[in-house]
Amino acid sequence: MADLAHSSVHGAHGATAVREYHLAHEPHPENGTALGFWLYLMSDCLIFAALFATWGVLGRSFAGGAGGAELFDLKLVALNTAFLLLSSITFGFAMLRKQVNDKSGTLIWLAVTGLFGLAFLAVELYEFRHLIHEGAGPQSSAAMSAFFALVGTHGLHVTFGSIWLVVLMVQIAKHGLIHENKRRLMCLSMFWHFLDVVWIGVFTFVYLMGVL
Amino acid sequence: MASDTHAHHDGHHDDHHGDVGPHSSMREYVIGFVLSVILTAIPFWLVMANVIQDRTTAILVLGGFAIVQVLVHMVYFLHMNGKVEGGWTMLSTMFTVVFVAIAIAGTLWVMFHMNANMMPSHGEHQQQPAAAHQHHTQ
Amino acid sequence: MAMTEHTTAPAHWLLGRITWDSIPMSHEPILLWTFIAVCLGGLFVLALLTKFRLWGPMWRDWLCSIDHKKIGIMYMVLGIVMLLRGFADAVMMRLQQSMAFGENMGYLPPHHYDQVFTAHGVIMIFFVAMPLVTGLMNYLVPLQIGARDVAFPFLNNFSFWMTTAGAVLVMVSLFLGEFSTSGWLALSNLGHQNPGVGLDYYIWSLQIAGVGTTLSGINLLVTIVKMRAPGMDMMKMPIFTWTALCTNALIVASFPVLTAALVLMSLDRYLGTNFFTNDLGGNPMLYVNLIWIWGHPEVYILVLPAFGVFSEVVATFSRKRLFGYTSMVYATVCITVLSYLVWLHHFFTMGSGASVNAFFGITTMIISIPTGAKIFNWLFTMYRGRIRFTVPMLWTVGFMVTFAIGGMTGVLLAVPPADFVLHNSLFLIAHFHNVIIGGVVFAMFAGINYWFPKAFGYKLDEFWGKVSFWCWLVGFWVAFTPLYVLGLMGVTRRANHFEDPSLQIWFVIAACGAGIVALGIGAFLVQLGVSYLKRDQLRDHTGDPWDGRTLEWATSSPPPQYNFAFTPVVHDVDAWWDMKKHGYKRPLSGFQAIHMPLNTGSGVVLSVLSLVWGFALIWHMWPLAIASFAAIVIGAIVHTFNYKRDYHIPAAEVVTTENARTQLLAQHG
Repeated sequence: MADLAHSSVHGAHGATAVREYHLAHEPHPENGTALGFWLYLMSDCLIFAALFATWGVLGRSFAGGAGGAELFDLKLVALNTAFLLLSSITFGFAMLRKQVNDKSGTLIWLAVTGLFGLAFLAVELYEFRHLIHEGAGPQSSAAMSAFFALVGTHGLHVTFGSIWLVVLMVQIAKHGLIHENKRRLMCLSMFWHFLDVVWIGVFTFVYLMGVL
Repeated sequence: MASDTHAHHDGHHDDHHGDVGPHSSMREYVIGFVLSVILTAIPFWLVMANVIQDRTTAILVLGGFAIVQVLVHMVYFLHMNGKVEGGWTMLSTMFTVVFVAIAIAGTLWVMFHMNANMMPSHGEHQQQPAAAHQHHTQ
Repeated sequence: MAMTEHTTAPAHWLLGRITWDSIPMSHEPILLWTFIAVCLGGLFVLALLTKFRLWGPMWRDWLCSIDHKKIGIMYMVLGIVMLLRGFADAVMMRLQQSMAFGENMGYLPPHHYDQVFTAHGVIMIFFVAMPLVTGLMNYLVPLQIGARDVAFPFLNNFSFWMTTAGAVLVMVSLFLGEFSTSGWLALSNLGHQNPGVGLDYYIWSLQIAGVGTTLSGINLLVTIVKMRAPGMDMMKMPIFTWTALCTNALIVASFPVLTAALVLMSLDRYLGTNFFTNDLGGNPMLYVNLIWIWGHPEVYILVLPAFGVFSEVVATFSRKRLFGYTSMVYATVCITVLSYLVWLHHFFTMGSGASVNAFFGITTMIISIPTGAKIFNWLFTMYRGRIRFTVPMLWTVGFMVTFAIGGMTGVLLAVPPADFVLHNSLFLIAHFHNVIIGGVVFAMFAGINYWFPKAFGYKLDEFWGKVSFWCWLVGFWVAFTPLYVLGLMGVTRRANHFEDPSLQIWFVIAACGAGIVALGIGAFLVQLGVSYLKRDQLRDHTGDPWDGRTLEWATSSPPPQYNFAFTPVVHDVDAWWDMKKHGYKRPLSGFQAIHMPLNTGSGVVLSVLSLVWGFALIWHMWPLAIASFAAIVIGAIVHTFNYKRDYHIPAAEVVTTENARTQLLAQHG
């Protein structure tokens, strides 16, 4: 029997207005995952803000060692930027496939994205090794400490994103594009694009301006 | 406490919509990609070919390109608009931008002034022997 | 004196830098007795758990619980337990400072004293105030907005255990190694300058707890945004929920900066980088700057929920709607934004110059305006109200007087030239204790007394509550007024010994004040015990013992696991008051099955692993650090492979619960 979920309210003239004071059925609040993950990304923005601020303050203190112009290979950075940007669009293709419930299409594009991500990391590790070899490791000066912290933190995020990507691929392969997996894909997508946004800041404020 | 009689399917109760998240389109991704490539290539070219001589101008121009590209990413890849999630993602983003700006600008302003007041000269210090400061808390 | 490891000793491949010398009890009698007491107490508790066969229920119903109410209670328990430890540190300091003059060096040598004041600050802020505030918000927000739980119940459980892991790490430092000597913000010993384990205990306990807090912030934000009952627009939310919203926004906006600052300090310590060193381009002042960018919002994170508590209490016990709801909301939001613009007032003396100091001095003074507006709103709420001076109301009035004065001393300190004289003096100590105790601690006691019946089904004993209040109020003023005087005379903080004997009388008075506060804490513990023993007389049968105004009072005391059998529909601010006014009758039938999240042990497991990881990093036990980190990652991944996260409470069970309540209400009107 449909429960009467209201009480009578008597107005000034004795007229009765009926007010509902509870729902008779199960509530369906909107799912909060997308907003929650977005807020997490906002908190991550603030970590990067602190690291960018640190670079801003310390980024010219090379302790007498080689500066940005000598150390940063902009061609390599351009290559890395290309890898990351391409990985962003391939993730986009994966999302388009997900939208039409194409499981294998999604997995293929995710795999391509992962490869671009790994390529990015490989180039970055190569660059780090080279810098350390040149005596410009993180211990050599405050500027290099700030560099490695900022770029390294970004790289760590890409690493964790890649691990997550692989795990999610396994879960999609196993369970298919169920609702929960679509939600997780949406979060990973936000994460991946967000890392590309941070990279814009990195290549602009660290590499390009560091070379000026 | 309540016992579980049977576990339901993977969370399909709280969202009956077919799709999860804002709808993407090929068009959006391609536009975003092309714009990003352009907005990346130009700054790189500007620096590598040493086009702008004045450092301050160069910094402002590069910063401008970065901001525009961030917006491109936000709109075309992250599907940011004022309606998604009831406007809360937009609101939280603006909040964050404000706080990030305060944190970075504030830090730079404060530290610049401190360095100016504390250092004997305004230039950079060369490598110095480690100054061992022992702070006694008495 | 606990000596740290000499860095020249080679580290063991597995045990890192732990040696037998790391156990300070062997040469510190105070610690030895503390350890014995803790062991005996711990064994007693374990024995009780075993005797009453509580291990199973404790694991299933509490440790694994994702119910926001249980988690809220556990946060409160953590906060109160750590209050005892933090207060013990305070008593130790008061004792030392009241006796150590001239020839008399007191009983706490500098190295130990430094750890005591550091531990006192760290524990009080991170493991007393934060858990109490978080616990209240966790318990109340879903109830106040008419929801069944928070947005991410598992994350809630995880957040709690991460906070606890941080607290455990601090407690372990008491018996293994030592704690930091660098003050609660680690300002003085940076980078390579203090290679002992103390600072590492500090870093890792805060980092682990910080993860929990940040996630909790996200959780509550999404809860408030997404899960409000139908009809509850933003401007119809209870004021406590509004303050919770702003607080959690601040948490998400500020804790990452703390994380970053501590990471940079860790890099300096573990990898020899140069962020905060004195050479190779490093800049220790950058650390001070970053840490206070977090530090100032942090104190507003503590005080905003306190303001929320008082708003609720004042309205209920004045039997009047809160005066100026809209202006309260605007004031709260203003304070939230402004709190991000004042941080430099913590280091006016560090040398940023007149223009910078002037800017931050002005913003600091501006931020007192919305706070003042709030005080006026509370006063206007009370004016012409029908006031009942229950224990929560006493705490509220005590707060208004105490906090107002403390706030005024803050405005005084906001003037940079004045601050140059008073920075790091006892005046500063008195000021922030004035606002934190008068604001946050008083609010917590008001909140505990106010909402205890909701959580446990019986009220707290009124008499012992009043004893506790008066001891705290009098004790606080006796303890801290001398510090204001001493500060104005030029006495600095963190000193364990003084030469000038004319200062002693003030310190003795302060120590007496601490003794009176101790009585207040004792009375509170007695209150808990007596109330439990008298619980049948103090029972709350209706769920609404105070004739409350907000939705949490619509549920039974304690509420059922699902909070509301039917989700309320809201029409006005003070939704429950509105319902009562319109003769709302609780439905007696039509109950349906209710969708709920499942308990899980993943949160405990991941947090224990984090604790192990932190411990391993502190002691440089690299294989263990790597293994535990891998375990955390793998554990998290394994957790994500579990898709069965929810279940349904069968309709029959809901019917039984609700019928029991119907009967209870019929018996007790």
